[in-house]
Amino acid sequence: MPLLELRDVSKAFGGLQVTDHLTFHVDEGEIVSLIGPNGAGKTTVFNLITGIFHVDSGEIVFEGEKVSGLAPHKITDRGIARTFQTLRLFLNMTVLENVMAAEYGHTKATVLEAMLQLPRSRREEKRIRQLAEEKLAFFGQRLAGYRHDQQAYSLSYANRRRLEIARAMATNARLLLLDEPAAGMNPHETHEITELIGKLRDEAGYSILVIEHDMHVVEGISDRVVALDHGVKIAEGSFDQVATNEKVVEAYLGLHTAATK
Amino acid sequence: MSSLGGGPPLDEGDLPVAIPEPVDPADVARSGVGTDEWVARVDERRAAQTGISGLIARTWERTPAFGRLVILLGPFAIFPFITNEGNLYRYGLITIIYALLAMGLNVVVGFAGLLDLGYVAFFGFGAYLYGIMASGHSGHHLQAEIAIPIVVVSTALLGLLLGLTSWRLLGDYLAIVTLFFLQAFVIFVNNANGGLNDFSYPFVGKVDLTGGANGLDQIDPFNFFGFHITTTRGYYFYTLIALALLMVMLYFVNGSRTGRAWRALREDPLAAEVMSTPVNRLKLLAFMFGAGVAGFSGTIFGAVQSGAFPGDYDVGLLITIYAIVILGGLGSIGGVVVGALVVNGAPELLRSSSNARFLFYGVLLVALFAALKPWYKAVIVLVGTIAFGFAVHGIASAVWSRGTAGHISGAGNFGKALEHWVLLPTNPSSIAGWSYFALICAALVLTLVSGWWRVAVLIPTFYLAAFVWENKLVEQVAGATRLILLGALLVVIMNVRPSGIFGTSRVEIV
Repeated sequence: MPLLELRDVSKAFGGLQVTDHLTFHVDEGEIVSLIGPNGAGKTTVFNLITGIFHVDSGEIVFEGEKVSGLAPHKITDRGIARTFQTLRLFLNMTVLENVMAAEYGHTKATVLEAMLQLPRSRREEKRIRQLAEEKLAFFGQRLAGYRHDQQAYSLSYANRRRLEIARAMATNARLLLLDEPAAGMNPHETHEITELIGKLRDEAGYSILVIEHDMHVVEGISDRVVALDHGVKIAEGSFDQVATNEKVVEAYLGLHTAATK
Repeated sequence: MSSLGGGPPLDEGDLPVAIPEPVDPADVARSGVGTDEWVARVDERRAAQTGISGLIARTWERTPAFGRLVILLGPFAIFPFITNEGNLYRYGLITIIYALLAMGLNVVVGFAGLLDLGYVAFFGFGAYLYGIMASGHSGHHLQAEIAIPIVVVSTALLGLLLGLTSWRLLGDYLAIVTLFFLQAFVIFVNNANGGLNDFSYPFVGKVDLTGGANGLDQIDPFNFFGFHITTTRGYYFYTLIALALLMVMLYFVNGSRTGRAWRALREDPLAAEVMSTPVNRLKLLAFMFGAGVAGFSGTIFGAVQSGAFPGDYDVGLLITIYAIVILGGLGSIGGVVVGALVVNGAPELLRSSSNARFLFYGVLLVALFAALKPWYKAVIVLVGTIAFGFAVHGIASAVWSRGTAGHISGAGNFGKALEHWVLLPTNPSSIAGWSYFALICAALVLTLVSGWWRVAVLIPTFYLAAFVWENKLVEQVAGATRLILLGALLVVIMNVRPSGIFGTSRVEIV
C-alpha cells in the first residue's frame, strides 16, 4: 500500500485548471521528485496535500485514510509536514522555539496547566525540548547548541532552509514535502542539501516528496520522478526515463527545439 | 569561543572539485566576515558596542525572572508607605489598574498579533456587570468572591463571541469590526436605562441596566466573605497582588506550548497552521484570555470609582492602553508595567510647573544626545547654547532693561540660574507669541540643513525654545503644554527605543 496517494485530484481557480486529474503516489521509504516548468502547479499540489487548498474533485489518501478535506493542522498531525519555497520561519522566535512550536500537535497541556506550572505541562515541556534538540542535532554543526537561543532571523539563508526542515521533522511526520530545498543555495550548499535529503531517508526513515528545479539534485536523490505541466502529469518514472521523455523536453524547451537540437 | 574565526569543520572529501570558492579561505579564517557564525553573532556585536545602555540590557538579561519581577514591582510595593492618599490614587492605583488592563491586551496584540480595537469594551463590561450584581443602583449586593468569577467568565465568553470574527478577518478588517463592537457597547450602555429608547427584554420587559448616560452609581466596594476593601491602599494592594500573579502566570504561559503557538501565529499564521497549530482555536483563546483579564480589571475600576460611566470606556482609554502596550514593547510582560508608569505617571507629574520644567530640559538634552551623532557635536551645541544664552543675556541687560526684569518663581537654584541665562521680559505675551512662531520656523529650517549648518542653527533654536518655554508655555502647564510635552516625550522615547522600552527589535522581511 502506498504511503501517500493522489487519486484523480483536480483543482481550478476560476477558469484556470491548475491541477488536472492528477494521480500519483509515494511509497514508504521512497524519494519522489516533482518537476515541471514554473507555473506547472507543483506548489499547488503541496498546498492540496497539506490542506491549504481544498480539492475540487478526487481524493488524497495517506496511510489508507482519506485526508483531503481535513484542516491543515489535522493533516500535519496525521504525519505529513512541509517546508516552504519562500521561507516561512517564525523569524522573531529563537531557533529552538521554532522547532518546539511545531510540536504543538503532540502535546496536550492546557493554558491553565501552563499558568500554574502543573506537572503535565512541565513534563511535556521537558520532553519536547529534548525532542527539538534531537531534531536540530541532525544538522550537526550547522544548527549546533549555541545557535538554539538565537533569533531565527539571525541565521544565514542556507541555515534557515535547514531550520525549516528541522521544524517539519519536529511534527513527528512520516512524509516530508520539501518545496525547492536547494533554491538560492551556492553549489557547495546544494551538494550538502542533496546529501541531507538522502540522510533523511536512510538514517531518519522519512519518505520524501520533493519539488526541485536543480536537475543535478533531482538526478542525485530521486527514486522516481513525476513531471507536471499545466497541472497535468506528463511523465513518470526513473530520472533517465523522464529526462528523455519527449513531452518533458517539450514542456521545458518548447515544441520544435528538441528536433533542431 | 575559538570557532568565531572559521566556519564549521567541512568535510573536504565531499566537495566536488569543480566548484569555485567565492572567498579565499585564508581570508575567512582571518576575519570571519560573512561566515555563518559571523552572521549569527550580529546581535552580540551590536550589544557589545553600546556602552551604558548595552551594560544595562545585559545585566537585565542576566537577572533571573523572579529578580526582574521584584525590580519592576518592588517600588510599587513600597510606594504606599511614602506617599499620601491622593497621590497613591493618581500615580499608584490608576497606574497598576492600567498595567493590569494592558497586560491582557498584550496577550491579544503582543503575543497573538490580533489587532483588537474593541478591547476596552470588555473592561467596561466587567465594571458594569459587577455594578449590576453589586450596587445600590441595581439593588443586588452579591459578595465579591461570587461576583468576580461570574464577571471573568462572562467577559471571557463575550470575548469568545467577538473572537469568532477573527476566524475570517485579519489586520485592518479585524480592527474595523472590533472598533465597531466598542462603539456598539458605548451606545448600548448610554441607552440601556429602561427609558423610551430602550429595548423591552423578553420576560422582564424594560429594565434599567446601566443607568444610561448618568452611569451606574453606588457600586459596592469589594466584600470578600464579609471582609470589605474600603481604602485606596486596600485596593492598591489587591490590584498589585493580582498584577504580580498575572505577570508570573503570563511568564509561564509565554514559555509554554500555548505561548509559543500564539507567537508563531503572530509571526506567520499559515506556517503555524501547517506546523500542527489549530490557529482558529488559539485566536479564540487569546481573545478570551484578554477579555477575562479586562473584565477582572473592570471590576476593580468599578469598585474603586463606586460607579461605571459610559465616557470612561471610550476610544480615549483605548488609545491610552495601546500606548502603554506599544511603548512598553509589544509582547513584553515587564514593558507593560513601565509603559503604564510613563503613560499614566508622566501627565500627572507634569501638572506641576517645576516638574514640567525639569522634564522639558531633560527631554531637550536626551533628544540632543540621541539624535546628534557624533557625540562631540552634541557637546558643542550644548556648550554653545549655554554661552549664547549668557551672551544674549549680557547684551540685553546693557541695552534692554525690560528684557531681563522678569522672575522665575518656585524652581529653586535651577530657576535662579535660569534667570541669569534666559531673557524674561516683563509683560511678555506679545513677544512670546512671536517667538513661538519663530521657533516653529526654526524647527522647519532645521529639517532642511545638515552637517555643521545644523549645529549652527540648533544653538539659537534651543535658546529660542527655552525662551518660549519660560515666557509662554510654562504658564499653561496644566493644560495644553502638558499634552505637548507628553507628545514630545513619547516621540523621544519611540525614537530612542523604536520597538518599545522593553521591546526586542522585530525583523519583518529579510
